[in-house]
Amino acid sequence: MNFFTEFGRYLLLMKGMFSRPENGKMYWKEFMHQCSEIGIGSLGIVVIISFFMGAVSALQTAYQLTSPVIPKSTIAQIVRDTVILEFAPTLVCIVLAGVVGSKIASELGNMRVSEQIDALEIMGINTKTYLVLPKILAALMMIPLLIVISMGLGIWGGRVAGVASGILAPNVFDTGLLTAFVPYNVFFALIKGYTFSFIISSIPAFYGYHVQGGALEIGRASTKAVVVSCVAILFADYVLAALLLDND
Amino acid sequence: MIEVKNIKKSFNGNVILDDVSALLDTGKCNLVIGASGSGKTVFMKCLVGLFQPDSGEVIYDGHSFTEMNIAEKKDIRKEIGMLFQGSALFDSQTVEKNVMFPLSMFTKDTVGEKMKRVNEVLERVNLVGANKKYPAELSGGMKKRVGIARAIVLNPKYLFCDEPNSGLDPQTSLVIDRLIQEITQEYNITTVVNTHDMNSVMEIGDHIIYMHKGKKEWEGTKKEIIYSKNELLNEFIFASEFLKDAKDMRMLEAAGKIDNDRNMDEIINNDSPL
Repeated sequence: MNFFTEFGRYLLLMKGMFSRPENGKMYWKEFMHQCSEIGIGSLGIVVIISFFMGAVSALQTAYQLTSPVIPKSTIAQIVRDTVILEFAPTLVCIVLAGVVGSKIASELGNMRVSEQIDALEIMGINTKTYLVLPKILAALMMIPLLIVISMGLGIWGGRVAGVASGILAPNVFDTGLLTAFVPYNVFFALIKGYTFSFIISSIPAFYGYHVQGGALEIGRASTKAVVVSCVAILFADYVLAALLLDND
Repeated sequence: MIEVKNIKKSFNGNVILDDVSALLDTGKCNLVIGASGSGKTVFMKCLVGLFQPDSGEVIYDGHSFTEMNIAEKKDIRKEIGMLFQGSALFDSQTVEKNVMFPLSMFTKDTVGEKMKRVNEVLERVNLVGANKKYPAELSGGMKKRVGIARAIVLNPKYLFCDEPNSGLDPQTSLVIDRLIQEITQEYNITTVVNTHDMNSVMEIGDHIIYMHKGKKEWEGTKKEIIYSKNELLNEFIFASEFLKDAKDMRMLEAAGKIDNDRNMDEIINNDSPL
């Protein structure tokens, strides 16, 4: 019952976002601000985790491929496909659920508790449209971009690690990289990216927007937002893989 | 003028407002007083539309707010200014940006025009030179004054102040009270103030409503409050022995039983006034 009540309130929040902006210029400004907060603000962590996940992926794949029959270039293929299909969209989004999600939940929660949302409502501003919608749109715009960056950096990290540890030569890695490349995988990763971006922004916005109480409740809402977002990402990951990948 | 007709509000079966009616006049400071939990904040939130009353009506100058659609409510809200208990300033914005926000959202003024208006209202609340400060750098009294500046920047017809003196020292409270009173008279607006600060009651209470357990228990002016025989009101207002004595002295003075000047001399000389 509690789940359905919360889900209903979540849907009402989403529905309430769609209203005519009071002043397009101010909404645009807020959207750009959120793009900067979510995109630029998360770039550093995305760069670091992407490079290292690619590097570790290359080393661990090499460790497991002991058979002399399998060519070394296979390592590059495995790194490429795991990074594109899973690591860049899913792992990065789980990290972003922590970084961006907790920020959105605590920002809105603090605004709710300190009556800033009430102040905006009294001015005649639809706070769902002004505060929530730009965050979701900014996430939908910036997170897929971060995922594309993560794909590139992950593969590059694998190449650097592979070459630096003497596992394979750069030209072997490049050959493997171009072998049996399926462009649909990138499309699939972007579909995942858009789905996860919506989850990462809308679920924390819901928990933050409806905080009641004080500092403790803001912390709780923030934690709950991250946990629920992560579970929702993993669930959506499975559903998308089942629906969009041809496993026959 | 705001007319409140028989509003009722309950949460999870707990009755918070029980059939409250009132007439809140223009150009006057209408004070809603009462102990914590008496329903005055819910009353104010029903007036401004943050809560929808279960029944009853709120009428702004002849227009029923409770029956308005969303667009009409939005229009009337542009004529409402509100000062919140915690000031509700936007933490990440400077004083100037906070005050300018309603102008940027609802007017097509140029930056120069907006700046002029911002400086005007900041001057009105005695905050010249604080433009570039952030809320975290301000004292409690200054935050309240920024809140007032933001509330009046669009020339509202209605001003709501929720506990404007909470957390302030008596001297700063007095400054805020007088500012609210001056603004009310200067702009001829309908002001509603929620408070349990007795200094405010005596300072600016043109029209006072006393709430007790969700009901309107008493209504009158600051002069009438002194001579009121309502027991609940007296218990609330004159809670301390000092204030009780002060009231008794006033009653005796009004009845002509004591001469204030003569008795003061007696207090000083004989330590026995009566």
